[in-house]
Amino acid sequence: MADALLRLEGLSKKFGQVVVADGLDLEVGPHEALGIVGPNGAGKSSLFAMTGGDLAPDAGRVVLDGRDVTRTSVHQRTRAGLGRTYQVPRPFGGMTTFATTLLAATEGAGARGDEALSLAHDALKRCGLAHLANTRGDALSLLQRKRLEVARALASRPRVLLLDEVAGGLTEPEVAELVELVRAVHADGVAVVWIEHVVHALLATVDRLACLAGGRLVADGDPEQVLRDPVVREIYLGQDPSEEGAA
Amino acid sequence: MDVVNALAQGLLLGGLYALFACGLSVVFGVMRIVNLAHGDLAIVAAFCAFVTLSATSLPLWLVAVVTVPVFSVVGYLTQRLLLQRSLQSGPLATLLVTFGLSVVIQNLLLELFSADTRTLDAGSFATSALEVGDVSLSYVGITGLVLAVGSIVAIQLFLSRTSSGRIMRATSDDPQTAALVGADARRVYGIASAIAFATVAMAGIVMAIRSSFDPSLGPAQLLFAFEAVVIGGLGSLWGTLLGGLALGVVQSLVAVADPSSSVLAGHLLFLLVLAFRPQGLVPARAS
Repeated sequence: MADALLRLEGLSKKFGQVVVADGLDLEVGPHEALGIVGPNGAGKSSLFAMTGGDLAPDAGRVVLDGRDVTRTSVHQRTRAGLGRTYQVPRPFGGMTTFATTLLAATEGAGARGDEALSLAHDALKRCGLAHLANTRGDALSLLQRKRLEVARALASRPRVLLLDEVAGGLTEPEVAELVELVRAVHADGVAVVWIEHVVHALLATVDRLACLAGGRLVADGDPEQVLRDPVVREIYLGQDPSEEGAA
Repeated sequence: MDVVNALAQGLLLGGLYALFACGLSVVFGVMRIVNLAHGDLAIVAAFCAFVTLSATSLPLWLVAVVTVPVFSVVGYLTQRLLLQRSLQSGPLATLLVTFGLSVVIQNLLLELFSADTRTLDAGSFATSALEVGDVSLSYVGITGLVLAVGSIVAIQLFLSRTSSGRIMRATSDDPQTAALVGADARRVYGIASAIAFATVAMAGIVMAIRSSFDPSLGPAQLLFAFEAVVIGGLGSLWGTLLGGLALGVVQSLVAVADPSSSVLAGHLLFLLVLAFRPQGLVPARAS
């Protein structure tokens, strides 16, 4: 795929003897929605940390829209169009949700004036936080914090959105709302890469699924086929991964 | 009447402490760095003004007006070229770097200017005072207090009203999340250092007009500034102002009874606050 929006080339990373990425190659097209599953310790979060710039790979490259961003810092990647949520939400405790998304709109998306205000407001509204615009980050519930993670990423006007287990800890109706939101964002032309244990949420959203284990991709392709793959089934200890419910 | 006078002198002295301390407070609040060279920077500013004043025929106010912005540029560069590198190696590295900077500055000053005591000659400004009843308020003291309050109000407005200020608050809150929204922490840290250097330059010049100075005075100034920050509450600028004033007033009131116990009384206030109200007079979250 020559026109891949996000391309990971031969990413490798070791912590002592623990291999979290072993020559990983992955491409995400401009309008793709890719789901990533894998057991704990498979290297999923490290993959996002290297893609986002928190973790420097031992070898390999991260290419965003044809530009090598391997050596750039986190804020430069955000400005280049990479949106990301943290698995454990990290809101600004002392800032309102609106101030947070406004900051993402001005700094991340480079918007100014009314454009920035409406971008910040829309991001909150889409994530169901419009009524909490003046609430400080430290006063939000877990679900609201997770929504703020997404809203913050959206306000930076990403071209690729990396979602790290945003459905974990949510109830079924909440997961359904989240799926609707991600589908809508994807329909707007944003590429989505979603790491998730709640497999049915992924199946309702993504058009491609990859399975990560031991720092390598063991399967990548049509979601249904990947879930039927014997290697993937074995990694899940003989369980049918699609039967895993919300934790 | 002695007490009223002591109270007034204490507030003026406390204003100078607050002016010293607000830069320390900003750098700690934004970068979590305790700048151990902070007091020495004030002495550097005093010597810079002293040299400029001796070498040129410029009036003192003009020298001060030039020194402060020059210092803020030096602050920005010091952060980007020196402190930023140490920040990446953890809090101990920043302590060691600023401690090293303090030692180097003191010895350079000693080498260049000897250990002689100097004063900044401000002419009649240094000696004249505003008489209010029986209380005499020196213009230098008033200047220190006004600069302290003015600087803190200005920094607060900068933090709450400007986009750079919002970025600074966000970076202080959580640098990783701030990077995720696209904020460049290095630039924010540079601005914070520029603010700190500018305020400490003002403090150094006011101090040098008020009393004599020599290259070894930095650590004592750092101690008073540090006490003001802790008494007021870490991370709160209004707290720093209050902490400086409290320190000045306590020192001044005790001096009425026993001048030799004045500095000790300030240290005791600091210890009492640490023991019974470690969050300080104005906890950061409430401000």
